[in-house]
Parts: sequence; structure tokens; C-alpha cells
Amino acid sequence: MAEFAYLYRGGQRPSSPEQSQQIMQKWVAWMKELGEKGHMVDRGQPLEQSGKLVKAGNRSVTDGPFAEAKDVVGGFTLIRAKDIAEAAELAKGCPILERGGDVEVRPIMQMNM
Amino acid sequence: MDGGGSAATIDHLFRRQHGRMVAVLTRIFGMHNLKLAEDVVQDAFCRASEIWKVDGLPENPPAWLMAAAKNRALDAIRRERTARNFAPELDRLLRSEWTVAPTVNEHFGANAIRDDLLRMMFSCCAPAISEESQVALILNILCGFGVDEVAGAFVSGHAAVEKRIARAKKILAASGMLFEVNSASEFATRLPAVQRALYLLFNEGYHGACAETAMRTELCREAIRLIREVLAHPNGAAPASFALAALMCLNAARIPSRKDHSGNLQPLSDQDRSQWDRDLIAEGLRLLEHSASGTELSQYHVEAAIAAAHANAPSTEATDWRQVVSLYDMLMQIQPSPVVALNRAIAVGQSEGPERGLMALDAIGGSERLARYPFYAAARADFELRLGHRDAARAHFGDALAAARNPDEKRYLAQRLAACGDVSAPLQR
Repeated sequence: MAEFAYLYRGGQRPSSPEQSQQIMQKWVAWMKELGEKGHMVDRGQPLEQSGKLVKAGNRSVTDGPFAEAKDVVGGFTLIRAKDIAEAAELAKGCPILERGGDVEVRPIMQMNM
Repeated sequence: MDGGGSAATIDHLFRRQHGRMVAVLTRIFGMHNLKLAEDVVQDAFCRASEIWKVDGLPENPPAWLMAAAKNRALDAIRRERTARNFAPELDRLLRSEWTVAPTVNEHFGANAIRDDLLRMMFSCCAPAISEESQVALILNILCGFGVDEVAGAFVSGHAAVEKRIARAKKILAASGMLFEVNSASEFATRLPAVQRALYLLFNEGYHGACAETAMRTELCREAIRLIREVLAHPNGAAPASFALAALMCLNAARIPSRKDHSGNLQPLSDQDRSQWDRDLIAEGLRLLEHSASGTELSQYHVEAAIAAAHANAPSTEATDWRQVVSLYDMLMQIQPSPVVALNRAIAVGQSEGPERGLMALDAIGGSERLARYPFYAAARADFELRLGHRDAARAHFGDALAAARNPDEKRYLAQRLAACGDVSAPLQR
């Protein structure tokens, strides 16, 4: 078993309260399923859409957003899977995909001393 | 916390809370800042979604949403107070750090929110806004329907609905203040328009062209929810409000039987009456009794009485059609319309036989408007069929089918048309 990070990017905003709630409920169900199947390591945290960017060189601090809206990371989750193929397969159930967003699946580097 | 398990208990929560949240924020920000209020509410929903999808649902989701709206409102006030004015009577209090939080808190009290919802409802029914737009506005602001959902309910295009709502909101924002519901005389003056808009909202669900059952039920349920809010206010408990609520409950009670188990439309005569919602019928009859105080006899009283006549009858045959006809006669006096005349003619046909029914149909003035209404031709076809005139019945069912507005109506009328050709089939009522 190895650990992986899911980074959620982009995704259309919901167009109504009802839609917003339905998407939220899909996420709740998906997260729950990951947990029940023993894949959940850390549910993670949602991130604000705005922030600051500290740049190399003169260390200037500028306001976010830092990228196109579709590239902004909206949150992350840590999961456990057999290998990256399984981690990617599990990510296919993520509700963000229905809203035009992506899930980036990244293995967490192992510190094998 | 268990996230998924309690999902069922929050059905339509966001949609339900939307009206209350926008109403209270508009009261604080001022009507001219309606857009800001809507943005803050949307932001609160986004936050709730983002956090709940990770942490699962909180203990008390409606209270969580209200608290989020309140905090976002405070943020918005602090951010915007140099750039804009808020509600005139609160503006000074919102500018000072000493008073801003207590002022906002006070307006988030349960009773204050209830009144704000009514203020917004009455504001949406301003005379400067067309009836059609009033209903769209109520759906959008008070019922939290997005533009696409309103368009779906009305079976019209996204762009047209968006434009209609935007125009109505401009009028609303320019009107300066929310309607004041605590002035009895102003309340009474605006109340008929509010009743009318809720009646139209209900009818859009009950009789409208939208085929989707879930949407229809939702519109009816929203209309009932809003009329209950009106009744809960001391000024709103007028006889016509009770009658309107009675009418809604008695008609909504029949929704479960309007389609059979294969999803086919069922006319009143063929409905499985055991499926009617007995609780709604009981509530409707109780409300109808309340409506009988005073001398006012509104359109809603008569329509509720008609609905009660059906609700009380164990079958079509056992229905007191003579009473139904006389109620329709009364309705033709108060609120004449081709559709009322059509329903009267159908009742005449039940009470006095198909020849009389046809005569009543022929006597309807201005029936050009009915030509596009499929159930006009269908009623004629029904009477012809009962007289054994299969060819005439077939022709009229053909006309009805051509006028059908959605797949459900098409399927139902196609079945009736097909049954006309089958000589062995029993003649339907």
C-alpha cells in the first residue's frame, strides 16, 4: 500500500442552490465511500480561492489568484491505494469531474532510509 | 461525523434557506443592494459545500448556513461600508464598530427573519412588475431556483427567463425599501397581488406545461410553503388566504395519483383515490372552514369548494356534479375564463349527459384561445365517444394530440385516440 495526494483543480461553479447542494452531497457520498473501503488517510481541507504569492528574487508579495481559474487548486485529500493505477482509478469517481474540473493524483514520496 | 447518512434530512435545504437568507440580508443591506445580498448568500452556500464535503454535515445545517450568512454579511459590511450605503434606517449603526455586530445579530432573530421573508414576498409583487415576472422572481429569490430551473418550470428559454428576472430585479432594487408588512392597511392593499402570484405559482406546477413530475410537485410544495408563511402573519390570515391555502392543499392531495405506476397520466375519473393524500385533504378542509369567516367570497373560495367536492367523493359517479356545476357557475361570475368555462362544460356533461356537455362546450365564447389547449378538444372527443360517435371522437382526439404540450400529454392522448378505433374497447367516461 502507498499513499497518494489528490489535488482538486477547477470545476464550474454551481448555477443554483439546489445544484450546489447536490454536488456537495455527491462529494460527501464519495468521501464516505473512500473511507469505508479503507482508502482514506486524511480528508484534507478546502482552500480559499484567493491568497498571496511570494516571489523569488526580490521576495515581492502579490495577491492571488495565481493562475487561470481552471488551474487553481481548490483542495486536497490524502488517500491510500495499492499503486498509482488504483489511485487513479479511484479518482474517477470524484464529483469534480462532472463539473469540468480535474483531479491530479500524486504519489507521496517515501522516505526509505 | 457521519456525512452521507443524514443527507436525506437536508432535502432541498439550500433552496429552502435561500429566500430567508436573501431576505434578511436585503433588509440589512437595503433593497438597492439586492445583488450584494445574493452574492453573500451564494458565497455562504459555496463555503458550506466546501466544508461539508470534507467534514460531513454539521449538527444543525440550517443554523450553520444562517451563521455563515451572518458572518459573511459582517465581512461584506466592513469591506463595503466606505463604498456604499446600506438600509437607510440602519446605515449609521452599521458604520460604527460599536454597533455593527449587535445590529446584524438582532436582524438574524427567528421572528425578524420570518417577517423579512414576507417583506421580500410582498416586494416581489409590486404593481410595477408583471404577474409573470412576479412568479419568476418569487421562484428565483424566495424559492432559490436558478435561472435554468425557473426556465424549466415555465418551459421557456434560459435567455428569456434571465432577461425577465434581471428586469424585475432592477425594478425591485430601484424601489428603495422592502415592503413594510407591519402596516395593516398597506398589507391589505398588496395582499391580493401576493395571493394571485402564489396561486399562479401553484397552478404552474399543477396545470402547467412542464412534464417532469418532481418539478411540478416542487412548485406546488413551494406555493404551499409560502402561503403558510402568509397565514402565519397576523395581517395575512384573511379569509381569501385561508381559501387559497385550502385550494392548494386539496388539489396537491391528488398529485400522487395523477400518474399510474407506468408513468401515464390519469384523468380524475380514472385516478386511484386511495392514493390521495389524506393529511393534505384534512388540512385543506380545515383551512376551508377557516376561510368561511366574513362576507368575502373569492375565486379561491369557489375553487377550493370544487376541489373539496372531489376530495369528499369516493368515486366519479358518487361526485355531486350538480353542486360542482353550480360552483363553476359562481366562478364564471367572479373570474370568467375559457378554461373555467371548459371545466364547467365537463361538469355539465357528467351531471346532465354528453349532449348537454357538448352544448355547453359550443356555448363557450372566445374559444379560439382554447384551441391550443389540448383538453378542450379532448373533452369534445370524450363526449362524442360517450355518444358512440367514434369517428368524431377520433378527429377531436387527433386535434387534442396535435396540441399536446409535453410527452405525458402526447402519450395519454395517443392512447385515447388509439382506443377510439378499437370497437371492442369499452366506451370511456
